[in-house]
Amino acid sequence: MIRKWINLAVMLAALSVSAAFAQEPLVFDTPEQEARYQQLTVELRCLVCQNQNLADSDAPLARDLREEIYGMMMAGQDNEQIKTFLVDRYGDFVLYRPEIKGNTLALWLLPGVLLAIGAIALFFTVRSRNRKLAAQRQEG
Amino acid sequence: MIGRLVPVIIFLALGLLLAVGLKIADHKTEIPSPLIGKKMPEFSLPVLGQEETKVSSEDLLGAPFLLNVWASWCPTCRYEHPVITELAKSGAVRVIGLNYRDEAADAQQWLRRFGDPYEFSLADVSGRIGIDFGVYAAPESFLVDAEGNVVYKQIGAMTYEVIEQEILPRVRQ
Repeated sequence: MIRKWINLAVMLAALSVSAAFAQEPLVFDTPEQEARYQQLTVELRCLVCQNQNLADSDAPLARDLREEIYGMMMAGQDNEQIKTFLVDRYGDFVLYRPEIKGNTLALWLLPGVLLAIGAIALFFTVRSRNRKLAAQRQEG
Repeated sequence: MIGRLVPVIIFLALGLLLAVGLKIADHKTEIPSPLIGKKMPEFSLPVLGQEETKVSSEDLLGAPFLLNVWASWCPTCRYEHPVITELAKSGAVRVIGLNYRDEAADAQQWLRRFGDPYEFSLADVSGRIGIDFGVYAAPESFLVDAEGNVVYKQIGAMTYEVIEQEILPRVRQ
């Protein structure tokens, strides 16, 4: 039984690795540069298939944008310049981690707010239940 | 008393969230363009079918125009073609094509087959100018005013409704 699960896990891992990068072979000057490129294309959204990042996507536009990013990197531009280039054309939506500012504030704060509401609700529920139980015990 | 209201409030909040979600579901894949209100990107592109003639963004200033991004490989472009044709024929606004990531031969055949409503089409074979315009799927249409500002972007097929409600009022201004 356990073996079966391990097999499944290995199979899924293998699948996810093969699907990880839909990329053309590129030549980088240094391994650091290559790592930067991978990191950057994973953080940017493919506009065509919107639940994929640029690194994973096989869409023609994703290929064009990867080429553009590669060209900009080779021309010595930093990550900020490359992101600005894309945001100027496609908006914040292209970033998986958009900058914190007015119109993205809700996106960043809401999870924390919801978590806090949940924690408060949990606290009061547990407290009232404890009180009820204590009262019952006293009665009993 | 308040304790009893909490589930109702949560229910209403959830209902509201789902209602909003349903309402925007049709437009979820539409990404608002950061170009609206800004100058259109600068370019110089050959004209489809007359590769030696180049047209630049500056050449287009002086009167508002609709830049319609199309390609022969794009089924929705065919679907919107009658609408674009009618708009061009009406003469309400110049209609210029941006032939996006296409082969010239395929594009010209497409125009012969379905009719050519465009004043001319610019050939963006590599899609590089498309990137500057933030094009992510054809068809898309950009309304540019006489000074070269992008005033409206339609993502997906052009419709008579959009022409009536969004394009014409902005052209008349």
